[in-house]
Amino acid sequence: MQNKDIFTAKNITCTFGHGKKMVKAVDDVSFTIADEEIVSLVGSSGCGKSVLAKIMLGLIHPTSGEFLYNGQQIVNQRKHWREVQPVFQDPFSCFNQFFTIRSQLKASFGILEKKPSDKEMEERVDQALLAVNIKPPEIEGKYPFELSGGQMQRMLLARIFILKPKVLIADEPTSMVDACVRANILDYLMKLKEELKMTIVFITHDIGLAYYVSDRLFIMYKGKIVEQGPPDDVTLSPKSEHTVQLLDDIPDIHKEWIKR
Amino acid sequence: MLDVQSRTSESQTAQESKSTPIFEVEDLHLHYLTRFGDKIPAVSGVSFSMQKGEILGVAGESGCGKSTLVNGCMGLFIPPLNPTSGDVRVAGESLMNRTPSDIRRNVLGRKITMIPQGAFNSLNPTRKIKDFAADMIESHEMGSNKKEIYDRLRERFRLIGMDESILNSYPIQITAGMRQRSVIAISTLLNPQMVIADEPTSALDVTTQKAVIKMIFDLLDKEIFSSMIFITHELPLLRHVSDRIAIMYAGEFVEVGTTEQIIFDPRHPYTRALMGAMLSAEPGQKQKKPVAIEGAPPNLAKPISGCRFAERCPVARKECHVNKQEIRIVGDRQVRCDYAE
Repeated sequence: MQNKDIFTAKNITCTFGHGKKMVKAVDDVSFTIADEEIVSLVGSSGCGKSVLAKIMLGLIHPTSGEFLYNGQQIVNQRKHWREVQPVFQDPFSCFNQFFTIRSQLKASFGILEKKPSDKEMEERVDQALLAVNIKPPEIEGKYPFELSGGQMQRMLLARIFILKPKVLIADEPTSMVDACVRANILDYLMKLKEELKMTIVFITHDIGLAYYVSDRLFIMYKGKIVEQGPPDDVTLSPKSEHTVQLLDDIPDIHKEWIKR
Repeated sequence: MLDVQSRTSESQTAQESKSTPIFEVEDLHLHYLTRFGDKIPAVSGVSFSMQKGEILGVAGESGCGKSTLVNGCMGLFIPPLNPTSGDVRVAGESLMNRTPSDIRRNVLGRKITMIPQGAFNSLNPTRKIKDFAADMIESHEMGSNKKEIYDRLRERFRLIGMDESILNSYPIQITAGMRQRSVIAISTLLNPQMVIADEPTSALDVTTQKAVIKMIFDLLDKEIFSSMIFITHELPLLRHVSDRIAIMYAGEFVEVGTTEQIIFDPRHPYTRALMGAMLSAEPGQKQKKPVAIEGAPPNLAKPISGCRFAERCPVARKECHVNKQEIRIVGDRQVRCDYAE
């Protein structure tokens, strides 16, 4: 059964600046992302992955071309964010230093159309914390700087468990944490996908990670999608030279990487 | 006491006969002093020595004491970090019990230098790269001529294959990879013997990471520095970078061996768990789930009686929670586990 399309991009281009200094961050890109699919955008820094993420979140509008969510253009951002939510790279810059984490998690209900009762909010926060394996008393009265990077990243994921959006845009959610915490966070992402039947757009520069999580890979280079397909096809028989480059640059324990 | 002294002098003569190590750390214990006067041991009983041309990789999860060890290795003790006991020597010169200003003037930059993780935070955003680098040289070599310094900078950049025009730009004008490379070039300007790299590539993407590692190897080949400690949590990266790997857990080295030994034949349960958490784009990996280690590292503020990894160890026995594990030699590697065969 073919799931319906969540995102449709038709020849979108996004530019910054004018005249000689104009930069094409996204260059004539077309794709569709289906419901309940995990898609990874892979590319090195400056290839336009994050700009595409911002377009999906409705933070930027493409300069030309058409970008549709559920067949409609994104007009009302608040309405859009009830269904599409992000997880960013640096959790410390996502939370306000001056408020406790718990109060900020509670504040995230503000985006919903109708706020639940105070008791229900508290309960849902507790459930969300347990879902990311943190006991609620552990963060009671704590501020963002008192927690470790791994714990904070889980707080961002707890927010997702609270809001239960339809689509999650994960922009390098694991690039700031160590290998053990990374495995943990990926587990929670998979759990989210299973429990909430979510569509996930996963943005990373590590093709190994993308291979592990996704149903489909998009390889980006200089604003263009140079290759797309199922992870096995893309990683085992890459067609584009940029994919080969990305695969070569990952230090792998069984392969020669750099000659000393 | 006498016993210990005679043993150390014995081992010293033995090492001298082999070849003098360039950098030695001997039974280093470091602690943080809280404002209530409690001592939190962050690094305990770390010993190693390094020969010329060697790269030692140190791996472990966040909060295991890697960065504290870096500060200890530089002899830079800024409160609340304090040394408890042990010794650090660069080419025979001890770095313990010296004031931070003495260390900064006479040791850092010349004998031992550090490459930090975030290059952007290490450079001054309001100064050009060349002025920033010139400041560094001027503070070490009093009364040097500005023009000579610029010439020297240009020469060094040419030698390591970097574009000279970078010298004339501000940090925001160049890419992240270029910034990290400039920081490496600046930290090694005075030809230090030891370089300590604290996660130099974890903020970069894979392509830039490769370029930075290539540059580090190039500097080593050109004998701009002679040995290096490379700190990271990426084991696949260490496989290609280091000669020896030390795995750190809760302030202790739990396993030290050659790269081949640690990566392909880990013996300590923690090393095995770390290897299990690894991901790579290989056929068959998709079905293989990376296994995360449950739980969190122990709270070092409370004294731990038994093995520090026992709480999370999948093969822990009853004795592990009681008996303190000491580092012992298994084959030709060091393991801190009584049951590793």
